[in-house]
Amino acid sequence: MTTLKHTWFMTVRQARNLMREPIWIVLLLVQPMVWLVLYGQLFRNVTKLGGFGTSSYITFLAPAIVVMNAFFGATWSGMSMINDLDHKVVERFLAAPASRFAIVLSQIVRSALTAAIQALVILLVSLALGVRVHTGVLGWLVIILAAILVNSAFAGISQAIALLTRREATMIAVANFIGLPLLFLSTTMIARSQMPGWMQTAARFNPVDWGVKAAREVVLPGTSWGVVGLYLFLLLALTAVTSAWATWTFRAYQRSL
Amino acid sequence: MDAITVDGLRKRYGDVQALDGVSFSVREGEVFGLLGPNGAGKSTTVRVLVTLTHADEGHASVAGHDVRREQNAVRRAIGYVPQDSGVDQYGTGRENLMLQGRVQGMAGRDLRARTDQLLALVGIADAADRIVKNYSGGMRRRLDIALGLVHRPRVLFLDEPTTGLDPEARVAMWQEVSRLAQAESLTILLTTHYLEEADQLADRLAIVSRGAIVVEGTPASLKAGLRGDAVHVELENGNVEDAKRVLDGVGAPPEQVIDNRTIVSRVENGGRALPGIISALEAAGIAVASVSLSRPSLDDVYLHFTGREFSTEDRST
Repeated sequence: MTTLKHTWFMTVRQARNLMREPIWIVLLLVQPMVWLVLYGQLFRNVTKLGGFGTSSYITFLAPAIVVMNAFFGATWSGMSMINDLDHKVVERFLAAPASRFAIVLSQIVRSALTAAIQALVILLVSLALGVRVHTGVLGWLVIILAAILVNSAFAGISQAIALLTRREATMIAVANFIGLPLLFLSTTMIARSQMPGWMQTAARFNPVDWGVKAAREVVLPGTSWGVVGLYLFLLLALTAVTSAWATWTFRAYQRSL
Repeated sequence: MDAITVDGLRKRYGDVQALDGVSFSVREGEVFGLLGPNGAGKSTTVRVLVTLTHADEGHASVAGHDVRREQNAVRRAIGYVPQDSGVDQYGTGRENLMLQGRVQGMAGRDLRARTDQLLALVGIADAADRIVKNYSGGMRRRLDIALGLVHRPRVLFLDEPTTGLDPEARVAMWQEVSRLAQAESLTILLTTHYLEEADQLADRLAIVSRGAIVVEGTPASLKAGLRGDAVHVELENGNVEDAKRVLDGVGAPPEQVIDNRTIVSRVENGGRALPGIISALEAAGIAVASVSLSRPSLDDVYLHFTGREFSTEDRST
């Protein structure tokens, strides 16, 4: 109970700070829009290669951009923890009866919340661009949920790295190091059958791809709810593991004080 | 009852023995100062007492609760104002206070009223709804202190409350702390490496050096314990032994030698003894660079009990 309450208080604080600089929300949305609008147009004929399940490349791309955006956002989520560590905000909470778990969890929730809002905006823009989600409202919810889970899973890793290294430079290096490889080793931009064999195998183990598959499954016709459920479950399990790791690194941080 | 008891705390960080058997106690309602140079172990002691870290050995209790076994009870009973601020720079002063209050289990009207009261009490009511990033150093420090007080703690820990403030703001902060101690009937433990600050604020103080308490008492009793004035004789060149013999001969027995060139003696009445000292040294052919006389200060107390000068010690660490 205390953990939930404290998570809420701390999340509100972070969300409020974020809202105070709305320029950030705009900047954070520029990149997915570039992908969706420019990249989507540039490669619109790629579906002729086959295996995309639709002739509209933007329909194929839109759910994946939502997930990709959630993933990129997550890789940076540890920056906010480093900022709080640097400014001793965390220490002040530690000397008060604040829930320890809430300190870590609120960072992940704030990150996921941002991803969810961005997901909604990207979906609305996609709708305007003619993308129709085959399964309707339920499909929208699944896509947003996929974004939340991909974001939470990687935010857990980002928080853990923040707590272990406590350096912004390291965070940036890690974000860059895992960002593009995981993007390219997934079906975000291309149909699975068009990927080289070894990349297809690698994508199987890529959590970004799990999110992309779940989100795309509800957009295109012939939705298999079993597939959606499987990938969402995998992401949920991964989120549990990475959150637990982040919490463990937080204990390690406390011991180092 | 004692608000804080500390018994034999030891803590090692790698090769550094940060705490080497720290023991003291603080009575309820008093302002107690831990005075020592940087790196003496003051902040580490405070961090153990506010449950941020554990000691390797020893016991401590705050407001009647063991800092190791009853951590949350301690956290509810104390306010902690860390050396470097812990405010959220992107929030307003009021938001910072409200969040801290909520974490301490306060809510609703009580919390709002307390927040308003504290903002006024520390004198930042006008800036309450401004982002902290735009606060001056002094204002930020006031907010820090308000954050430590929001849940009406019984014991307040102030770690280096005036470090980084300009002299004017420092004096203002001293007045503030004294006033708050009264207004909120608090027990305050403050650490400082300013002798003057300890002298001004503390009812009692302990001098910390190299991880241990060297001496404890009221500022007045510590100074009185030195009996008399300190005469510092700085020699032109090294014949320290001859000079010591001369000083001993004129009733100014040397107590300390600093840097192998300055001899410190203690005499009953400095003004009266000085001419005799100078002429005796002159007669012995010892070249003197300077002679100075000082009423007992905490500097002398520090020198007397540790054998080292406070300022050199503070700089070297």
